[in-house]
Amino acid sequence: MPVSDPAPVMVDVRGVNKWFGDFQALKGIDLTVRSGEKVIVCGPSGSGKSTMIRCINRLEPHDEGQIFVDGIELDDEVRNLAAIRSEVGMVFQQFNLFPHMSVLDNLVLAPMRVRKLSRRDAEEQAMLYLTRVRIAEQAKKFPGQLSGGQQQRVAIARALCMKPKVLLFDEPTSALDPEMISEVLDVMAELARDGMTMICVTHEMGFARQVADTMVFMDHGEIVEIAPTQDFFAAPKSERAKLFLSQILAH
Amino acid sequence: MGPRVQKLAMVLTLTLLLGGCGGSYVWGWYVLSPSLPRGQSNLLFLLSGAGNTVAVALCAITISVVLGLLIALPTLSGNRYARAFSRAYVEILRSVPMLVMVLWVYYGLPVVFNISPDVFTAGVIALALCDSAFEAEIFRAGIQSVDRGQQEAADALGLNYIDKMRYIVLPQAIRRVLPPLGNQFVYMLKTSSLLSVIGLTELTRRANELIVTEYRPLEIYSFLVLEYLALIMVASWLVRRLERRMAAGDRQNQTRDKGAATRKRGA
Repeated sequence: MPVSDPAPVMVDVRGVNKWFGDFQALKGIDLTVRSGEKVIVCGPSGSGKSTMIRCINRLEPHDEGQIFVDGIELDDEVRNLAAIRSEVGMVFQQFNLFPHMSVLDNLVLAPMRVRKLSRRDAEEQAMLYLTRVRIAEQAKKFPGQLSGGQQQRVAIARALCMKPKVLLFDEPTSALDPEMISEVLDVMAELARDGMTMICVTHEMGFARQVADTMVFMDHGEIVEIAPTQDFFAAPKSERAKLFLSQILAH
Repeated sequence: MGPRVQKLAMVLTLTLLLGGCGGSYVWGWYVLSPSLPRGQSNLLFLLSGAGNTVAVALCAITISVVLGLLIALPTLSGNRYARAFSRAYVEILRSVPMLVMVLWVYYGLPVVFNISPDVFTAGVIALALCDSAFEAEIFRAGIQSVDRGQQEAADALGLNYIDKMRYIVLPQAIRRVLPPLGNQFVYMLKTSSLLSVIGLTELTRRANELIVTEYRPLEIYSFLVLEYLALIMVASWLVRRLERRMAAGDRQNQTRDKGAATRKRGA
């Protein structure tokens, strides 16, 4: 079980505070994620879930506290930032594919520019991951020609092409039509089975129950509860988590 | 084709009206008559300024686009000093009248920096400097119009600033700013007439020179108007063609994007 897991620590968040102007978005966040662990972050909207995972690759800088990824501290040091960003993949709610590039070019750009792969190697690797997300036949198309579910799978493949040590998902299915959600969740579940370290913000509780090792419940910018998945769903300790679960599972 | 023919017809009618209603003025179109040897040589003399007008505008717009981009980029960076520098550059250069800039560069540079540019170089520098402030604003708007998520995705992939701009942001921004950039070029063609003041032999200078020997300013300036009209019609036609070509490559994307947006809203 994750608590006694001897796997090395991959992400370590210690006492992180963050403000947007006067509004405190994150309050004393402590979170440890071990290699291979799947963490699902849930909570009402505006609770700071997205802000927290955006801090882990410094799309948002934190104001106080420390964040370590694979032992490297995230600070203003540019070299650390570049090193961490190339090790941390991110999948966005709105996909954020590059609309002026073909699917294949979306996938090979960063490996070629950051990892210095040759185009041939990068394309070979890209096709491998496109096959893995079951979309290889769309390689020459442009993002706008694909459905939302297909676009999000391309975005996952694009993140995988950097061979990240951690994958962050920021509500990956919230912008999708209902019938496309499962194709994306299936791909994510497969990644989880293959041992990818994942931190995922989502409202898909069925998916959470299926893949998560650890559940994190956030409200008003703080982590209210961290628990192994079974314990969390069986008997949430906090009142707020109970209320949240009853609301989200009601329909 | 239609509107252009109409435009030309309107100008011709106006010219004829001026000819008819000029009161006691007797027009002397003979100075520019293609059927007279004197008119022919005068016409050739006037048209010989076109090369410089086009060349100076092309050189100036090229430099000012590059300069404008370099000035625009820091306005979007996190560095406060770089941002302040860009802001100041735009505010100051935007407020210098073009004619003042032309005079200052041509007569001022030799005194202050001990370099004496020839009229062509001085003209290019002056036009480019003034215009770069406007180009910078155009680029800033264009870059800001690219969705923030694009930059975040590039950051999350570990691309550095230069690669992010080069491969992700600028290709998307430039398509959007092409119409205003084309507009600036047309404007540049006209404004180059100010360089006649420092003696660049472009269209307006040629007209002024001919007036001194022919004493027919009204005829010659009227012809000058037609020269600029023709030049700018050709230029805006070229710009529109370029826009249409870029738009054609983009249109498929746009309709697709709209589809995607609807799908998103539906979710």
